[in-house]
Amino acid sequence: MSAGKLARTRNGVPLPRASVPRLDVGELRRAVLDAASRGDRLVALFGVPCEPGRVELHAVLADDSEATLRVGTAVVDEAYPALTPECPQAHLFEREIAEQWSVVPEGHPWLKPVRFARPARSGRDPFGRKEGEAPVAGVMDYYRVEGNEVHEVAVGPVHAGVIEPGHFRFQCHGEQVFHLEISLGYQHRGVERALVGGPDKRSVHYAETLAGDTTIGHATAYCHVVEALGQTRVPARAQALRGVALELERLANHTGGLGALANDVAFQPTAASCGRLRGDFLNLTAAVCGNRFGRDLVRPGGLSSDVDEALVARMLERLDAAMRDVRDSVELLWDTASVQARFEATGIVSVDDAEPLGLVGVAARACGLERDVRRDHPSGVFRLAYIPVSVWQTGDVFARAYVRWLEVQRSAVFVRDLLESLPAGPTRVPAAALAPGSLCVALVEGWRGELAHVGLTDEAGRFAAYKVVDPSFHNWSGLAMALRGQDISDFPLCNKSFDLSYCGFDL
Amino acid sequence: MLPSLVVAAIHLALTLVLPPLLVGIIARTKAALAGRQGAPVWQPYRDIAKLLRKGSVISTTTSWIFLASPVVGIAAAIVASLLLPMGGHRAPVSFAGDLVLFAYLFGLARFFTVSAALDTGSAFEGMGGAREVTFSCLAEPALLLGLVVLVRATSSLSLSTMLGPQVLAQWHVAAAALVLVVISLFVVVLAENCRIPFDDPNTHLELTMIHEVMVLDHGGPALGMILYGAALKLFVLGAIVVAIAVPVRTGSLVVDLGVFVGAMLGLSVLVGVIESATARLKLRQVPSLLVGACLLAGFAVALSAR
Repeated sequence: MSAGKLARTRNGVPLPRASVPRLDVGELRRAVLDAASRGDRLVALFGVPCEPGRVELHAVLADDSEATLRVGTAVVDEAYPALTPECPQAHLFEREIAEQWSVVPEGHPWLKPVRFARPARSGRDPFGRKEGEAPVAGVMDYYRVEGNEVHEVAVGPVHAGVIEPGHFRFQCHGEQVFHLEISLGYQHRGVERALVGGPDKRSVHYAETLAGDTTIGHATAYCHVVEALGQTRVPARAQALRGVALELERLANHTGGLGALANDVAFQPTAASCGRLRGDFLNLTAAVCGNRFGRDLVRPGGLSSDVDEALVARMLERLDAAMRDVRDSVELLWDTASVQARFEATGIVSVDDAEPLGLVGVAARACGLERDVRRDHPSGVFRLAYIPVSVWQTGDVFARAYVRWLEVQRSAVFVRDLLESLPAGPTRVPAAALAPGSLCVALVEGWRGELAHVGLTDEAGRFAAYKVVDPSFHNWSGLAMALRGQDISDFPLCNKSFDLSYCGFDL
Repeated sequence: MLPSLVVAAIHLALTLVLPPLLVGIIARTKAALAGRQGAPVWQPYRDIAKLLRKGSVISTTTSWIFLASPVVGIAAAIVASLLLPMGGHRAPVSFAGDLVLFAYLFGLARFFTVSAALDTGSAFEGMGGAREVTFSCLAEPALLLGLVVLVRATSSLSLSTMLGPQVLAQWHVAAAALVLVVISLFVVVLAENCRIPFDDPNTHLELTMIHEVMVLDHGGPALGMILYGAALKLFVLGAIVVAIAVPVRTGSLVVDLGVFVGAMLGLSVLVGVIESATARLKLRQVPSLLVGACLLAGFAVALSAR
């Protein structure tokens, strides 16, 4: 029962850093493994610099059944025994720690760079690179399959479409993929490091641009951290409108994603109309704040803009019209045999892979894992209003597409209900200064899945560290698993079904 | 009757001018069915003209094969078209056994396309070459079996006779076999010209491509010639289907050619409609459909062998 040694908190409830137990690294390891073996998810595992030259590891776990979070820390020097062999969902976190802090997780089976960033602390290079050698994105030892009939296909970082950069290395036998290795980091900007010392004028903009298609989601998570640490009470009207904006973001991205899936199998009718309909949802967000992606809408303390009754009526009308068209267009996907033949049994991720890998969001729910922050760790308006969790069991491209469709329908109903019963009152209050020496974890269910923001303040109430975990961080591994034994020609379809962010991963 | 030289000139002119229009009509049909206005039907001409004026970058790993491939592609398609009667009028060139030359001219063009793809040394292009060769192994028998039916029906080994004025009479005696042949050859047209459901000519996803991926490294005039060659191939293979499916043979050159051109445009619209209504096949299932086409043609042979 070593999990009991960790501090307990809830989504958006701050803790004094002094009350977070600083364990021996072995104890922390046992506590995390114990909690994970009892079904906790690893939300974040990251290092924070402490006393000269040392690093304090922070582990954040989520117990979805009890809506609690567990936090623990331990100080490490050069190395510590890795969690990954027993807790695979830690694998990228530990690679990240090795890259950022030159701390070696000993026994890590796949210790490679994550973003090819320079370490923030001097020390022995965990990846065996020469001293003073600047890391170059994509330059690392890739997993290789050898043999006469095995060939390697490298795709990217520059792609044929107008998408973000990422490198994909396939080990193939004819058309069959044995293994896919994904190497990202081309868009690493150092956002987390830039947030340290804040909050300031720029911070909220950094949060909004963590992943441009999740502007509302990330901005909301950031604001939850700032508001919780500052004990700012956000007005009910602002919370409801944030919920509307978050679900509109989901509607737009899911609709666009379903259209893109249709496009990848060359099914023109849905591809053509969903592209337009995505715009209709984006325009609803623009009607509220003037920006289609919701930039400058969510601000600490509330919202930068408000809606009046006439606008609400117009939005409801446009929402209904868009939903009618979306229904016609998307249901064509399920009714067309040639589309279903492509979607079904393609890119299957079994629940036995999804759970240890710690998949979140649509990708997890498509494997039958009922994980949804809106239900499991509700914050904001989701504490008062319930939105059903959309789950499918098959784990294939169809499941990921169908879960998105279920969520579109439920989000539309949810937005409608919220807009019809908006609480009165202001939409913004001034945000108070942050409490010093505190820690807060904020979870928000963005359209891809769980967005986790962890803010730590120093003695002056400034961010001593800020950790962001985009759902893409967990889910890229799911895509690699989905490709095992698949046709390489189905990779674009599988990739689109996960619809992950590169910049959200690269930070 | 017009002198045969004039007929040959008209034949050649149609072959050289019409093909990009078919591509334009397919694109326009798809646009219309998707609720878009779409590019004008003349767009492929402009695209080709634009590409021919451009410069190009050629990889240093490639040899003369790389540049020969587009030229061979066009030359093979033009020569093949000279063997093919239009609107039932004798082709400019015809001799006993020309159907074998016809079929293997495309084989020659394919050989060069695949060789040029391998020439670049790119993993993508090699993959595309492997796919092209695998699938054409299955498309070729369907084409040949379809032609065998006509050979038996007309007791001729020349395309000009096989697809000439006798086709109408054959519909009276062997309609069932001809229906099967038309369906089978139409599938071959879609497969050989990389249309949906076999390939997606509009995709940008190199891992899913069959034909387009083999020409990724070509640019400028070479790419223009490849696009033109592809349009020619669509025209020539489409012309066989039209010659069988629309057996209008009045004997008047103007009427017959008018019907022929109209039918070709109709064929393009049909391809556009199919592309708008179905998704692409999973690559692994492409052989099943091609084997299906072979079987249809095989049944047609069996029917005509009674």
